[in-house]
Amino acid sequence: MNPLWLSHFTATNSIGRGLAQTLDALRQRRAGLAPCAFDTVDLPTFIGEVAGVDAVQLPAHLAAFDCRNNRLALLGMMQDGFIEAVRAAIATYGAQRIGVFLGTSTSGILQTELAYRRRDPVSGAFTADFIYGTTHNTFSVADFTRHYFGLTGPAVVVSSACSSSAKVFSSARRMLATGLIDAAVVGGVDSLCLTTLYGFNALGLISEQACRPFDAQRNGISIGEAAAFALLERAPENPHADAVLLLGIGESSDAYHMSSPHPDGLGARMAMQDALNMAGLQPSDIDYINLHGTATQSNDAAEGKAVAAVFGSATPCSSTKGATGHTLGAAGGVEAVICALALQHGLLPAGINTQQLDAAMELDYVLENREQPLARVLSNSFGFGGTNCSLIFGRADSR
Amino acid sequence: MKLSAYIEGIGLLGPGLNDWPSSQAILGGQQAYQALKTLLPPPALLPAAERRRSGAIVKLTLATGLEAIAAAGLNAADLPSVFSSSGGDGENCHAICEMLASDDRQISPTRFHNSVHNAAAGYWSIATGAMTSSSVLCAFDACFGAGLLETLTQVVVDNTRSVLLACDTAYPEPLYSARPIPDAFGIALVLAPQRSAQALAQITVSLTDANANPLEDAALENLRCAIPAARGLPLLRAIALRQAQRVVLDYLDSARLAVDITLC
Repeated sequence: MNPLWLSHFTATNSIGRGLAQTLDALRQRRAGLAPCAFDTVDLPTFIGEVAGVDAVQLPAHLAAFDCRNNRLALLGMMQDGFIEAVRAAIATYGAQRIGVFLGTSTSGILQTELAYRRRDPVSGAFTADFIYGTTHNTFSVADFTRHYFGLTGPAVVVSSACSSSAKVFSSARRMLATGLIDAAVVGGVDSLCLTTLYGFNALGLISEQACRPFDAQRNGISIGEAAAFALLERAPENPHADAVLLLGIGESSDAYHMSSPHPDGLGARMAMQDALNMAGLQPSDIDYINLHGTATQSNDAAEGKAVAAVFGSATPCSSTKGATGHTLGAAGGVEAVICALALQHGLLPAGINTQQLDAAMELDYVLENREQPLARVLSNSFGFGGTNCSLIFGRADSR
Repeated sequence: MKLSAYIEGIGLLGPGLNDWPSSQAILGGQQAYQALKTLLPPPALLPAAERRRSGAIVKLTLATGLEAIAAAGLNAADLPSVFSSSGGDGENCHAICEMLASDDRQISPTRFHNSVHNAAAGYWSIATGAMTSSSVLCAFDACFGAGLLETLTQVVVDNTRSVLLACDTAYPEPLYSARPIPDAFGIALVLAPQRSAQALAQITVSLTDANANPLEDAALENLRCAIPAARGLPLLRAIALRQAQRVVLDYLDSARLAVDITLC
């Protein structure tokens, strides 16, 4: 593929609003996870909640979009000059030449969960103030974003569970390659709701403590929320040395089980290998892998096998979900931004909370931060339904 | 790069439309349309455990997708796929939200894994053995257009065949009052980058400001407007009538899709 330039990017999650706070938290090994006190949830678990989401006010003309997920989206795009960057791109390319490709798993479903509590006791009807299309519907976050900026080009939500906001890069890559658009707003937004907390609990997949990816005693995920955005453009002739480029993408399906990964990580292996092939790189060219690393027994075991099969045991890797929690449909976007920070700042972020590495894993799992130059990194995102996506990012001066 | 591809196979299932061969005379106006309830066949290809757990969206995608792929003479396991839907599984969502609003919030694991928007894509890959990539999209009322665009970009950029599965299922009350989708409807299209013996038509797609073409038959036009996946019907009608023409399909409030159709 022709490399694409992440000309601007930002992430807001439980470890920070925007890049500076996120980078600082990674450097300080600070987790954003805390005992769950969200809404009326009565589960003994830790969550990665973003502070201040409910204080965010949508512009009056977009009031129909008001829900936690779109408030988080707006909070996210307000950081690091992202709104100004999109407006500048509109001035350069035109509003119809910029596509919107956002990932989410549950969108504004919380709005519907709350509406079900307030139904008419006799008729079962919702109260009149409930609006489905612009809040709960899975497209709502992309629709909000395009209306916020006045974008009139193609727009879509990718919703493939926890690979959603990695796979948006793939849809955007193809659309850019056709020439139908000149830039793409990509990313992911997912916010806390009862469906995911009680749903993962039903599957026995949430930990009662802060999640410990790749630990021998790992026992489940900590659910988080986040908004991550990037502005994707064709790479300029002479990019800045530390410009972050998207170099390769690999996608696959497990064809195995709805909620368990292929035990040997076959689909994951295919995704990583395809990303390397698309980038024209060898496994030894990758300096760091940001693992999907959810901290469930089955995900980490399968991913560990898959990474070892493709890369051997020498490539440093870690999961940053011990810090951010698993932000589900936003995880691919958040971890793409963490990869971009790692490349620009020469930081291999340690996996935190992990006390004792699973001895079955033959990996160089990073438990202490390492400061060293990085040229190219890979990020894994896998999801329910057996959906897999691997992204490779590199510094412009690595080519 | 021209957004152009050959249609090699069509799958269709909806109210009063039981498959593509028997629907052509209805869409072409030679046979009267009767809006009978959609008949969803059991998903025979799924293993027993998955078959028991599968909802309407799984049955609909399997029926339409396999029809299109069989017509094209291809193997589903070889094809990348695009699943596009205007929203999730309404029945399943209702059951979950009802429980979460009750005193007992212990939703079932199956309910939860069926709640992901890519449930149909997951069951599809289990049923067909396809380990290929799958794009799973949502675009509310624009889902047919968004799915068609995504599939075309796969075909022209990655030079591969791909199958589009644009499918919607009914919403129960009280969700129905907020999102009135009355029944299940799906269109599947196998698109190919090169012309082959089985090609039915070539389509070339561009963005346009023109309004979407309505259907002449009032009942079919009701269907097109009521279910977002049915916004692709004017394209199927032109192929059924073997008419080389331009049809405009509904997409976003800011743009529609102009589809230039050449017959093969």
